[in-house]
Amino acid sequence: MDITKLTLTQTLEALKRKDFSEKELNEAYIKKIAIINPKINSFLEIKKNSRGIPAAIKDAILTKGIKTTAGSKILSNFIPPYNATVINKLLEQGVSVIGKTNCDEFTMGSSGENSAFGTTRNPWNLNKVPGGSSSGSAAAVAADLCAFALGTDTGGSIRQPASLCGMVGLKPSYGRVSRYGTIAMASSFDQIGPMTKSVADARLVLDWISGGDEYDSNCRKEKFTFQSQVLEAKIKGLKIGLPKEYFGAGLDKGVERVVKEAIKKLEELGAEIIEVSLPNSEYAVAAYYILVPSEISSNYARFDGIRYGGTRDNFGEEVKRRIMLGTYSLSSGYYDDYYAKAARVRTLVKQDFEKAFEKVDVIVGPVSPTTAWNLGDKVDNPLKMYLSDIYTISANLAGIPGLSVPCGFSEGLPVGLQILGKQWDEETILRAGFVYEQATEWHKEKPSL
Amino acid sequence: MKLTRDQVKHVARLADLPLTDEEEEKYSQTISKILDYVEQLNQVDTSDVEPTFNVTGQNNVFREDTTDACLSQEEVLSNAPKKKNDMFETKGVFEKE
Repeated sequence: MDITKLTLTQTLEALKRKDFSEKELNEAYIKKIAIINPKINSFLEIKKNSRGIPAAIKDAILTKGIKTTAGSKILSNFIPPYNATVINKLLEQGVSVIGKTNCDEFTMGSSGENSAFGTTRNPWNLNKVPGGSSSGSAAAVAADLCAFALGTDTGGSIRQPASLCGMVGLKPSYGRVSRYGTIAMASSFDQIGPMTKSVADARLVLDWISGGDEYDSNCRKEKFTFQSQVLEAKIKGLKIGLPKEYFGAGLDKGVERVVKEAIKKLEELGAEIIEVSLPNSEYAVAAYYILVPSEISSNYARFDGIRYGGTRDNFGEEVKRRIMLGTYSLSSGYYDDYYAKAARVRTLVKQDFEKAFEKVDVIVGPVSPTTAWNLGDKVDNPLKMYLSDIYTISANLAGIPGLSVPCGFSEGLPVGLQILGKQWDEETILRAGFVYEQATEWHKEKPSL
Repeated sequence: MKLTRDQVKHVARLADLPLTDEEEEKYSQTISKILDYVEQLNQVDTSDVEPTFNVTGQNNVFREDTTDACLSQEEVLSNAPKKKNDMFETKGVFEKE
């Protein structure tokens, strides 16, 4: 038996049955990483543990005593003196950090190519991008180099690479998981979430990492609790909304075909499909690229090269672009035209969802308008890169949860189905994802490496 | 909306980002394109809309006013590029360079 092929849930059951020891589990993953990682560059740091459930952690999350760079040259020697809250919560569950995963510098990117430490490659095709910014976490899970991973999602950085690498990614509601110890990109958007081999795994990890934290005032006290009976539930009568704006121009035909088949499957499973409208979603990317750079320009003032990290000339191209864009949007005379305007559009995007959720329980559509693209294709065109997140960004503006579940392939590359839910209602999107996963075989497909 | 090279220089100075001539030109072009794209926000009527800065609806979140363990001085200084007498060393504020 190849231990590394097991999901987290299956691994825990096997350990309980004593099918293998934690030592054997760790050895199996370390051995596989040694062979596969040089091909895909998903890990920046690797720890050879002999105990614990091996989790891969995005390098934007602080791990005490383990180098944490966030994919940036400015932090190339940074060793955190404390753990992020999510890491402490995982350690309490018997999880260990098997490695830190590559990502776009400070999570700013949609392809993994903005890392200062080389790009990660897509395990399904080494000439393609894995998506981003949680590029290494997605690739490591897809290639079975860890039992599960953590990523962060500010505009799609968990869901989009999950879709492009063919694994499960969950962005919880903003405020469900403590952000303490995550290197901030945009504080009113950032959220940590699970990247896993199955929907049941995502649920379990969310149960582990959610809950109040006095170090994050925006973190909700109510924890997401694992109710095992809900997973067995069916989706008969579940009202699923289809936003017509998510199936318009720009959506790749192959992706559209696969996603529509998945929706048909959900209908066969008893769900009721209802068309909904999110009229302001076309403005989401524009609002996002004012609000997020504005928060970045403020957050990144902390990199002064005095307390930690290198000097500011070590920032990469995209980071500098966003700091300047934000500084400009907030500067005297422009605030009302840009920042205040975008914050009002954010309200409209949020209200669109609230209206739609009066009629439906979840909203489904594609995660990404295309499958994984060729390395290098969008690096010289930042705006084109930004538009890769056109279907994921709205959820971050509204603070609602979103799940990406494997739903098929187009020309040999994975496609993800996005399931969006009401604020704080991760339960229903996980139930829909679980029922869909049980009824299909896509999650069993593995890349050959 | 065109962001000129002079504006790029000004913004870079505000943000304390050292840029080369080549970078100034590149950012003038790419940021101008992004500003053109975000212009479409002006098509949206927001006259009666309140802005959203936080989506959780939480406010006045307090904790008990008690002391808690914190990082030691040694840990706090562990990543400092320059240290002196167990403190961060930085450039003088009132001195010239």
